[in-house]
Amino acid sequence: MAGGATTGGAARAETYAGVRNWLLLPSWLVLCILVLAPIGIMLVYSFLTKEFRGGVIWEFSLAAYDQFFCDRGLFGDEPCSIEWTYITIFWRSIWQAGAATLLALLIGFPTAFFIATRPERSRPLWVFLITVPYWVNLLIRTVSMKFLLRDNGPMNDALIGMGVIAEPITIINTNLAVQIGLFYSYLPFMVLPIYAAVERFDFRLSEAAADLYASKWVTLRRVVLPAVRPGVIAGCILVFVPSLGAFLAPDLLGGAKNFMIGSLIEEQFKGSAGNWPFGAAAAMILLSMVLVILLISARQSQRSSA
Amino acid sequence: MRRGFDIRAYPGFGALTALCLVILYAPLLVVTVYSFNASQSITIWEGLSLRWYADVFTGPESATFKKAAWNSFTIAIMAATVATAIATSAATAIVRGGRYRLRTLSFGLISLPLMVPEIVTAVATLIFFSAIGFTRGYMTILLAHTAFCIPFAYMPIAARMQGIGPAFEEAALDLYATRVQAFRRILLPLMMPGIISGFLLAFIISLDDFIITNFLKGGGVETLPTAIFGAVKQGIKPNIMAISTMLLVVSIVIVTLSYFVSKSDKTD
Repeated sequence: MAGGATTGGAARAETYAGVRNWLLLPSWLVLCILVLAPIGIMLVYSFLTKEFRGGVIWEFSLAAYDQFFCDRGLFGDEPCSIEWTYITIFWRSIWQAGAATLLALLIGFPTAFFIATRPERSRPLWVFLITVPYWVNLLIRTVSMKFLLRDNGPMNDALIGMGVIAEPITIINTNLAVQIGLFYSYLPFMVLPIYAAVERFDFRLSEAAADLYASKWVTLRRVVLPAVRPGVIAGCILVFVPSLGAFLAPDLLGGAKNFMIGSLIEEQFKGSAGNWPFGAAAAMILLSMVLVILLISARQSQRSSA
Repeated sequence: MRRGFDIRAYPGFGALTALCLVILYAPLLVVTVYSFNASQSITIWEGLSLRWYADVFTGPESATFKKAAWNSFTIAIMAATVATAIATSAATAIVRGGRYRLRTLSFGLISLPLMVPEIVTAVATLIFFSAIGFTRGYMTILLAHTAFCIPFAYMPIAARMQGIGPAFEEAALDLYATRVQAFRRILLPLMMPGIISGFLLAFIISLDDFIITNFLKGGGVETLPTAIFGAVKQGIKPNIMAISTMLLVVSIVIVTLSYFVSKSDKTD
């Protein structure tokens, strides 16, 4: 292959091939020192002994993982039986994130489909409208949601005013509030990849299906959906993964009963009551779950493109 | 295609899109409207007033807010500037460096902060700074934000560079420009919309960040999101809605700017 001297495409552009290592150096340095190394040190910390004033003692210990998985009775001297407290919190997080993802898919798919079938000129504007809320501070959006959903908040006022309900419905501090909060936080992430997939879809295939007497909904399910599946999977992951480790929505909308992984981890590093190795272990377990999800999905999309 | 029959139109999808937009914007709109409420209570509407905006600047908590705003904006400007420079350099190597083995790995490394859950990044960075004996505060927030902002700055910059054919720099090189000259005089000006857009996105990401900042701020140093979070823990007060509305407007203005900048004069 000759150099990119005459090719118009950027595929083989190598103007700066000679200095590429120097150009990469700053990003490698910063990301290795401030992202990769910290994760390594966090893994080490999860195997250390806890220091009571917050922090660690440099002594190898499996106590953090033991505390996570093993119930050793009141005095900690019984043989290990399964500790459900933390597994329940993780399970609740998976469930909440899953519900939020499903909700986002139900609204996000039709929206993405609708936008992708608008005239080409107006599509960027639609996409812009969907993305703007994402760039608004997540904390402010969550607080806004809390304000809207309160017992005597604008939503209940409006519903009572319209005569839909007689008494305000309590949403704040329920599982539903957390699900709504997570759904609201990451909804744009569902729309964008599905939009990108539908936009690339060749609608002549739909016409062919219609010519063969497939109904619209059968066409959607049997022709469109398989073709845009990678986009749907990407959207689901982009909502599910950040929901899993979310802190703000469960903390502000869920109250103490609806504890999720994010709050569990946060608590371990707050003041002197915390347990750094345990927090590090919980963060490690969360990270492993996310990596497994990303690996599976990468394999899935490889398969569907093959 | 027959009139009235569009294979791409599904009944209800338009309505659901409208619902989606209502859901996305309603909470923001409601808070904006209520930030102009004259009432002391957040529940009762007593007519329009700017009193809570005045309260943000002159009220009892104004000193906290001003300090937090100063921290937020200075950190965001510095973190976004450094992240944009690093991202531009990396994008040049990845988009203009030919094909090589480190390329995919470098791209993976740059996307890493997007894949790792934010709370994990926060915990890891906190542990890291503690392990090397770095006191938590302004500096730790700035460093963590810089690293976290790199992928957000990288994406529009790399996208823009991919859109510029290599012919421009190659023409410059053929005319005996050095590589540095070709970069500074040809590639950089063409990439400017991408660079500005990347800077603005990195700026918002830093300005908005709560979780990483919350872990790294230590005592004393607050940014706007942590100050707002602290105040909200005591209940949503009208002045919080006023300050939230201001921050919301800043974000929307910046995103809109970034949108129009990145759309401007496409060069192929």
